Amino acid sequence: MASRTRDHKGRPVVAVTGLGLVTSLGAGKHTSWAGLVTGQSGIKPITRFPTDGLKTTIAGTVDDMDVAPYAAHDLSARMAEAAAAEAIAQARIGRRSHFPGPLIIATPPSELEWPHLRRLHGASSATGGEGYAQMLANARTRAFDDLARHVRFAAIADRLKAAFGTQGEPLSICTACASGATTIQLGLEAIRRGDTEAALCVGTDATVHPEGLIRFSLLSALSTANAEPTKASKPFSKNRDGFVMAEGAGALVLESYDSARARGARVLAIVRGCGEKADEHHRTRSRPDGAAVIGAIRKTLDDAGVEPHEIDYVNAHGTSTPENDRMEYIALGAVLGDRLRDTPISSNKSMVGHTLIAAGSVEAVFSVLTIESGLLPPTINYDPDPDLPLDVVPDIGRAARVGTVLSNSFGFGGQNVCVVFSAEPA
Amino acid sequence: MAESGREVWITGIGLVSSLTEGADAHWQALSSTAAARPVVDGTRFAPYAVHPLTPLDFTKQIPRTSDQRQMERWQRIGVYAAGLALADAGLAGDQATLDRVDLCIAAGNGERDLALDARLLAALDDSESPEHTLNRELAAGLRPTLYLGQLSNLLAGNISIVHKATGSSRTFKGEEMAGVSAVADAASRITADQGDIFLAGGALNTEREDLLLGCEITHALATGPYRSVWERSADGGGIVPGSVGAFLVLEASSHAQKRGAAPYARLSRILSERTSRNGEQSATTALRLFDDLSLKPENSDLCVLSGASGVEPVTTEERKFLETLDQRGFDPCVRAWGSVLGHGMEAHFPTGLALAALAISKGAFYPPFGPTEVEAGYGPPAARILLTCFGHWRGEGLALVEPARESAE
Repeated sequence: MASRTRDHKGRPVVAVTGLGLVTSLGAGKHTSWAGLVTGQSGIKPITRFPTDGLKTTIAGTVDDMDVAPYAAHDLSARMAEAAAAEAIAQARIGRRSHFPGPLIIATPPSELEWPHLRRLHGASSATGGEGYAQMLANARTRAFDDLARHVRFAAIADRLKAAFGTQGEPLSICTACASGATTIQLGLEAIRRGDTEAALCVGTDATVHPEGLIRFSLLSALSTANAEPTKASKPFSKNRDGFVMAEGAGALVLESYDSARARGARVLAIVRGCGEKADEHHRTRSRPDGAAVIGAIRKTLDDAGVEPHEIDYVNAHGTSTPENDRMEYIALGAVLGDRLRDTPISSNKSMVGHTLIAAGSVEAVFSVLTIESGLLPPTINYDPDPDLPLDVVPDIGRAARVGTVLSNSFGFGGQNVCVVFSAEPA
Repeated sequence: MAESGREVWITGIGLVSSLTEGADAHWQALSSTAAARPVVDGTRFAPYAVHPLTPLDFTKQIPRTSDQRQMERWQRIGVYAAGLALADAGLAGDQATLDRVDLCIAAGNGERDLALDARLLAALDDSESPEHTLNRELAAGLRPTLYLGQLSNLLAGNISIVHKATGSSRTFKGEEMAGVSAVADAASRITADQGDIFLAGGALNTEREDLLLGCEITHALATGPYRSVWERSADGGGIVPGSVGAFLVLEASSHAQKRGAAPYARLSRILSERTSRNGEQSATTALRLFDDLSLKPENSDLCVLSGASGVEPVTTEERKFLETLDQRGFDPCVRAWGSVLGHGMEAHFPTGLALAALAISKGAFYPPFGPTEVEAGYGPPAARILLTCFGHWRGEGLALVEPARESAE
């Protein structure tokens, strides 16, 4: 049943025709990729705010986007715009300010940050109250209307819809650290249904602020290897001690293969399939038997019509937490079997850090670039964990012919989403 | 959606609100000719009014105290309502089916530690180095698991943990439209054979000042004496938020028939758009969506459950839209559930969908929800219900709910 334009289940084949990226290695996919394949790290000491007294003082912040003062909404939106603009420009799709499909975007929490709360609280109060009563009284004066964008949950989606003229109601989604992958899944499904010929799928996250850092720290999720920031993120290594928070955005233009070919677009890769499985074990930990992660990978391969032996490379979730990397190893082993030892794997997070909500998008862009370039990005800081015997590409990029990539994304709340990308059939 | 043989059936309802808990209890409270009086607390958060949640014994749906402890109240409300919906659909304990249930959840953020925030704001004012004080106090004062009570997707996560519904989960954000999107995603996937059985819905805990603060920054809250959503424009308009948990089991007709599940109704269509509201008007957009429904006026009867928020000018826009329906040959009988249950934000549309499905299953419509000419007169029997949901600041959604056809595939 499969053909160039219909997949093994008779559904429209979906192509990637545009990519955009912002990471701690730099803005633009070429800059990020050049750093990634040469083993550069974007992790550094945090300078955005004082880190005195904090257990973790490093992160992969994005500091060169011309957003000041910092606010999570503002930087997240700016990065998302930059990544989306780059992806649309590459795809050469639509007209100026008219993208012929919906926006599906993964965004971080919308919340008032401490500078906002202090502004709201500190202004002279009409009521002489305190805490929230005082902030409410001050908000009523209409002197703080500029804070609205921080508390509206779809404000970033709306800003991008306005900027790029996407069609219909934009979707703002959250599946925690699997969110970026979920945007791709939603886009893939919409094109397969025939709801649209194209979709703009974006993930963005810029939440390195004091409370953002401290709440992950309190969940014991972060590396505390502050002394040498570039060595802190060490996925699959025996001494790994947590992830490193980072910022970034990734954008993909998805398009039906038919539509892409009809308009003469260059096909960068095929989205072969997606799969997801929820885990009911615990809010932050996987089932000990890995069943949900295994289920997500199996559902993905089934959706993609790809056999385990066809996976040439795994773009791992690989957060560098003891728990994640062990569970990812167990799950991959259960699905790929003996072939796992010989299947190259790497975690981009060793260099760009964990971009959280954006991670699935950022790593999807890297996965497609891997196919395009025939170069496997490395996992830096790799010091093998004997319990996780894997072909972790160390130090620097490795040339390889890559036909098919499995990209994994797992998140708090039992979220597991995987995507398979393939090269365009010759 | 209309062409497919796979209908989207509503086979389970879980509803908790300021009035009562459970689908039948809501029908009783809302359908009696003595129109239900809204439960409003106008003093606790004055000058704002809220509809406080009816007292619930959360342990009935969340038996483990360790689970309850790891949730904030919005999550407990949602997990409770989700449990009611699953039980109502006959799925409680059916692990084989639950393992295939996909969750589509509408959610904002969870709750902050208000006492900590207040204490810290005062301390920062007095501090000579506030940034250092902030680091120290947050690191020492934040409850380690609080973030799990705040993350949008942790309502879904807790439903998976407590009720073992573990197909997959997706969480949609964006106030009212998040509810529309969550239901639309489930319905689209059912129709296109991308899934068989879904749990869709959301929850709101209004009884907290951090939520009210977010609403006040955008001046979305009503003040002044309590009035129905249609009667607030003289006071500037606004929502009266209502605590609510609203979940529905949406199921492919073939899947429901196979397991012998009876439908309340079918969701025939669901459409949405996001007007810029600078140039274009919501009424125009909604009329275009309405025309896309291709409703035939067999007679002029049209029951409308309106999600009007009370916020202006969009509530007036919705009135304009409803008034233009006579040009299409319809004489709408309008009921805005926000006037009795309050505004449910992310859970608002799922709440209306639950009320629509209930009415269809009873073949009857609701008496007026407010003493206003917009809702004057007693309605026709509910042969089909148009559901509206105009977001209070963005987005327009319409849905059509009709009786399930037993002959559906």
